[in-house]
Amino acid sequence: MIEINLLLIFMIAGALIAVRVKDLLSSVIAVGAVGIALSLGFLILKAPDLAMMQLVVEILSLIILIRATIRKDIPFSMSGGWTFNTSATIVFLALFLAVAFFALKGMPVFGNALMRVSGAYITQSPALGAKNIVAAIMLNFRALDTLGEATVLFTAIVGVLAVARKIGHKKES
Amino acid sequence: MSEYLLCLILFSIGLYCVVRKRNLIKIIIGIGIMEYAANLFFVLAGYRKTGRSPIFSADQQVLNMVDPLPQAVVLTAIVIGLALTLLLVAVSIKIYEKYGTFDITKINKLKG
Repeated sequence: MIEINLLLIFMIAGALIAVRVKDLLSSVIAVGAVGIALSLGFLILKAPDLAMMQLVVEILSLIILIRATIRKDIPFSMSGGWTFNTSATIVFLALFLAVAFFALKGMPVFGNALMRVSGAYITQSPALGAKNIVAAIMLNFRALDTLGEATVLFTAIVGVLAVARKIGHKKES
Repeated sequence: MSEYLLCLILFSIGLYCVVRKRNLIKIIIGIGIMEYAANLFFVLAGYRKTGRSPIFSADQQVLNMVDPLPQAVVLTAIVIGLALTLLLVAVSIKIYEKYGTFDITKINKLKG
């Protein structure tokens, strides 16, 4: 799979640019490029539903992030707390890499998924009349998960409305 | 295995960005990069070499399609990631209005 390797290298380059560059707007644009590359990667990995969803979500989150950063590109200082920051970074990265090493040892080789659970889903879904198995899993077999997702979205929107409204309490004089 | 390793490097870049950077927007971007890497890892784990997309056709059998279960899970996770970004950006805009900066070391009105 040379295509997915090339796309991953492109994504890593975009992420490095997004982390290193000083200007906030350039950083947001670079992370948008990473998201579009992820959408292409989903298409290569035979997941067309995910590619469409990722494209829409990426455009929306890019608009939101640009709204947050437009005309506010203030350079930030790097002085103070250097040893604590660097040591915390090293500790967290080492912890993550150690856990990932043990997790990767138990993974099957790339390209040979086990499909122990989804085999049952695939054999049952023609009886339900579903052609697209991802839609069948989301709306039939795991509909409660989708209900939870809708709940999370609603809660987040309520939170945004509560945080971002302009009107405060009126003081009684 | 090189796909898994590159995905791991992408996640590490996001983790570095969250822990090391001091700008709120940079931290949100780091969380986004970590989320991309996690989603991609799920789909990579469900890939089969000879697989086609999980949509039924006349000659489609169980063993010649990719695993549809990680795709359904990631579809949920992408939408929740959008909600997370929305909430974080709303809180950061409020912080900017109150303190006039995105630098997390300058936001210290609560310090005793």
